[in-house]
Amino acid sequence: MAKPEQCSNCTKPATIHLTQIVNNQIQKVDLCEDCPFKKGVTDPEGFSLAEFLLKPGTLMQAQADQLECPNCGFTPADFKKAGRFGCPVCYETFKGILKPMLSNMHKDTVHRGKVPDRALARVSIKRKLTELESRLREAVEEEKYEDAAGLRDEIQVLRSSLAESPGQTDD
Amino acid sequence: MNILPLIEAKAELTDGGLPPEPIILSTRIRLARNIAPHRFPGRAGETERAEILAMAFEKIADGPLSGGTRIRIDELSPLERQVLVERHLISRELSEAGAGAGVIIDRAQHISIMVNEEDHLRLQAVRSGFNFKKAWAELDALDTAIEDDVDYAFSSELGYLTACPTNLGTGMRASAMLHLPGLVMQEHMEKVIRMVNQLGMAVRGLFGEGSEATGSVFQISNQQTLGETEDSIVKRLINVLHAIIEQEENARKVIREKKALKLLDKIGRAFGILRNAHLLSSEEVMNLLSLMRLAVDLGLLPKEYRTHVDRLFIETQPGHIQLSARGEVDPGERDQRRARAMREEFSSLPGLSFGTKPDVTPKKKKS
Repeated sequence: MAKPEQCSNCTKPATIHLTQIVNNQIQKVDLCEDCPFKKGVTDPEGFSLAEFLLKPGTLMQAQADQLECPNCGFTPADFKKAGRFGCPVCYETFKGILKPMLSNMHKDTVHRGKVPDRALARVSIKRKLTELESRLREAVEEEKYEDAAGLRDEIQVLRSSLAESPGQTDD
Repeated sequence: MNILPLIEAKAELTDGGLPPEPIILSTRIRLARNIAPHRFPGRAGETERAEILAMAFEKIADGPLSGGTRIRIDELSPLERQVLVERHLISRELSEAGAGAGVIIDRAQHISIMVNEEDHLRLQAVRSGFNFKKAWAELDALDTAIEDDVDYAFSSELGYLTACPTNLGTGMRASAMLHLPGLVMQEHMEKVIRMVNQLGMAVRGLFGEGSEATGSVFQISNQQTLGETEDSIVKRLINVLHAIIEQEENARKVIREKKALKLLDKIGRAFGILRNAHLLSSEEVMNLLSLMRLAVDLGLLPKEYRTHVDRLFIETQPGHIQLSARGEVDPGERDQRRARAMREEFSSLPGLSFGTKPDVTPKKKKS
């Protein structure tokens, strides 16, 4: 009889052998009886997605690059552990790791569904406001008062549109 | 916090807002939404989670969902949490979540919004029977109304940004609860599950992820959320559901033709147990009730008892049994109470009307 393989997570003998084909590549995991429950591998949704879907090397490269989300401090190691991201900005930070995973996971990698038009309109007004406000500060510092007056008017229009009906504004 | 008013009020799943159907018990759609630029609940600290809950109560419970019940999970007893899970109003994950976890439930109990589960908001609409259109129309409108006042985390390329990339894009999970005793009896479920998985859909038990399919009740839902529209996700799911319904109908037909006597015996015995047993575990009751729902489908019990059975599916769960006992009760006493409740319920029912339906009695050869 062949000697029992060891669990890839602890030292107990492996009794569960999981073989997955991802991108035409065979990936094998050997686990003991207890580890799948501890790690939540009993259900496809509970998989540590990073571990199972990432191409070997991608994660290590990301770790080597010392990638860290500027908004929440999340690292690739955190993602590997949790299988979830820390905040919306993580999606931008970990773009490189994410892309190959998404094509395995979903129909396509581009969103085709509902778009929150009102929220987006509001966000873009807020962004424009921030930009105008900094331009206003510059104009005042440079004593370009005519420009400053124009900017102030524009800011006021945007502010009132934001206060009245956030959804109805173009831009 | 007292959840009794919620439990005693008429709810979609226990009182069937719409006439219940033979195979599809209920339809559900949920949307995962997060609020920019906050950290997702799993990463956020207690203060940030509390902030999100306060914002949700203020902007949703006082806004589009006004008049609804708002509940802070940490104010509930473990038993009350369990009851809400059994009624499908909150998930197991939310029931175990710490500070900042909450839920808003509308008056008709069609809609619930979980706060600080895996995502900041989990909007959910439930309908009895096969009603994706109604569920989606209702949820879509609510989502749009919330968006009026809340900045959702959204990227034009990746759609709604969710804590787990499996929910990215539409953030939509559409699911149906199916009663498939025919396929279970014919031992075809394994094949069906494989087929459904290949079509990009998941199969789970009555209480979602990781739960068992007792009572031949299965939940089927879409797996993929990114790359197609909400309508197309629902349409794909509906196509798969129609295929499963057809398979179930075929299986029942075969059983009726080839194993009629065995089937009638099983149903008759189940009815006898429900009417007379003195100890019943929740798993056993689920399987017996499943046979009673089948009995209604076969015309052995009047149609109006379908809603009755659906209600009992929920009310015989351990949490509900204890709630009706007004406190925690050990499993042995629970089984006793459950059996007593079933004896009362089923002794008031008319008997099974064997023999009046020619399609269930075995065909007799004329001598």
